Amino acid sequence: MICQICKKLEATIHLTEITNGNRSEVHLCQACAVEQGIAIKNQMPLNELLGNLLAAAPADEELMSDLDSEQVCPNCGMTLEQFRKEALFGCPNDYDVFEKTMAPLIEKAQDGHCSHCGKIPSKAPADTKKQLEILSLRQKLDAAVRTEDYEKAAEIRDQINELEKNSCTQHTSQNT
Amino acid sequence: MKLTDISSDINEWFSGKGPLSDIVISSRIRLARNLAGHKFLVRCSACEKEEILNKLKDILISIELPDKTFYFSVDKAPILDRSFLVERHLISRNHAFGKGPRGAVIAERESFTAMLNEEDHLRLQVLRGGLQLDECFKHINLIDDMIEHKVDYAFSPKYGYLTACPTNVGTGIRISVMLHLPALKIINQIDKFVNAARDMGLAVRGLFGEGTEATGDFYQLSNQITLGISEAQIVSKFEQQIIPEIVEFENAARKKLLLTQSSLLDDKIARAMALLKNAHLISSQEALLLLSHLRLGINMHEKMGASTPGINSIYTMTSGRSASADTVSIQTINRLFMLTLPAHLQLNHGKPLDPADRDALRAKIIRSALNQDS
Repeated sequence: MICQICKKLEATIHLTEITNGNRSEVHLCQACAVEQGIAIKNQMPLNELLGNLLAAAPADEELMSDLDSEQVCPNCGMTLEQFRKEALFGCPNDYDVFEKTMAPLIEKAQDGHCSHCGKIPSKAPADTKKQLEILSLRQKLDAAVRTEDYEKAAEIRDQINELEKNSCTQHTSQNT
Repeated sequence: MKLTDISSDINEWFSGKGPLSDIVISSRIRLARNLAGHKFLVRCSACEKEEILNKLKDILISIELPDKTFYFSVDKAPILDRSFLVERHLISRNHAFGKGPRGAVIAERESFTAMLNEEDHLRLQVLRGGLQLDECFKHINLIDDMIEHKVDYAFSPKYGYLTACPTNVGTGIRISVMLHLPALKIINQIDKFVNAARDMGLAVRGLFGEGTEATGDFYQLSNQITLGISEAQIVSKFEQQIIPEIVEFENAARKKLLLTQSSLLDDKIARAMALLKNAHLISSQEALLLLSHLRLGINMHEKMGASTPGINSIYTMTSGRSASADTVSIQTINRLFMLTLPAHLQLNHGKPLDPADRDALRAKIIRSALNQDS
C-alpha cells in the first residue's frame, strides 16, 4: 500500500480511528507520519499492535489471501474475522491454517523474526530437533554472509552439511 | 496453607536482598505453555478447561520441587483473596479476575507460581529479589523440564512453543524486572528511560503489570519479542547489558541530585517523613509515593554514604540518634510498601474495609512503624 500523503513510499503506519462508531483509516509512510506529528503510541502492547495490523489488512485486499479469509480451522472453528476481534488463536493448528496471512504479521510483531530459536522439548522427535538445528544454523549462516564473515560462514556450512549427512544416514538405516 | 499465614509479612524477593537490590527490586521470568491435543482456552468448553486444569494440577503437585507447594482454586476464591495474590505478584490481574475454571500452584516461599488456565493452559513464574535472572531461568527451566516429561507441549519446528496469542509464540518467555527509579523521576529524566526502553523493543509497565501506572516510582521492564531469540540470549541481554545500564543511569541521577539539587532531594525526603509520621488518612497512591522517597533517602545513605539534612531526618526524627543509627531500615520501608496495599490491609484486619477506613488504618500502621523509637 502506498502512503496517502506523498503517494510514493510504502505505507508502514496504519491508523484506525473509531469515533462514535465511525471508522476512519489513515495509511502513511514513516517520513510523512513524522511530518504530521504522528508518533506511534507509547508502549502499545504487542497484541494491540497485532490487532491494529490485522484491522488495517482488509483495506488492502491484495494482501489478504482469499483462501485465508474464508478459511475455517477444522479443529476449533476459528476464522480470521474472529481472530481480529479476540487477537487470540483457538488451537495450535491455527498457526498452520492461517499461516499465509499471519506469517507476515507475526514477523512484524516479532521485530522481523519469523522462526523459533531456543529451547526444544526433549520429547520432540529427533528429526524435528535436527530440522530446527539446521534451520537455526541457516539463519546464522545468512547473518555471517551479511556481515561478510566468510570464515564463520564456511564453518557453519560445514556444520549444516554434517547434520544433513547424518540425518540421511539415519533415514537410510531406518529404511533398511 | 492459609493466605493469612503469609499476609502479615513481606515475601523473600521483596526483603531487600539480592544483587543491586537498592534499585532492582525483583527479577521475574514467566514461560507460556500449552498442552498438545487441546484447544486454546478461548475455544475450550468449561468441561475441557476443567480437564486441562485437573491434568496440570496433578502433574504440578506430583513433581518434586525445592519448596512445598499449595493449590489455590482461583475461580472459587473470594475477590479479596485474589486481589491479595495480585498484590503479592503471585498471579496476574487477568488470572485473578478472568473467567472459567482456573487455579494456581504456589510454592511456600513464593519464589514459584504456576498459573493454570490463564491466557495459556500453563504459565510458569519464578521470582527472585534483586538482579538474578540467570538463577530465575535455571530454576524455571528445570521445572519446565520436569513437567515436559509428563505432558506433550504444543510445539512447532517453525514457531516453537505455540501460544494462544502469537505475541508470545516461540520461547514463550517473558522476562520482567522491577526497578525503583525515584531519582530519575525527581530530576525529570524518566521519559529518557521510557524512550530508551521503547527503542530497544521493551515494554515499560507499572507496579502491577499490564495497564497499571508507575506508582511509587516502580517500573516493570519486560521483553516483547519471543520469536527468533533464544532464552539464553534474552536473559543475558537483560542481565549483562540492559539492566546494568539503567542502574547506572539511576545511580548517576542520585549523584546529580546530591551534588547539584540537594535541597530538592532534602525537601522530598523531609516532606515524605513528616507526612508519613503525622498523617491520619493516607491513600495507597500517596503512601507509595512518599515511601518511595524514604526508600531513596535510606539507600543513598547506605550505598553512597550520603548524609544531608533531609536524609538525616529519616534517622534523627525517628530515633533521636545520628544518621548512623539504623532504626528505619530498608526492610521497614519494604514492609510498609507491601503491607499497606489494600488487600493486604483488609486481609490482615480480618474483614473488608471501605476506602476511608483503609486510609485511616494505613496511616495508623505507617505512623506506628515510623514513630516506634522516637
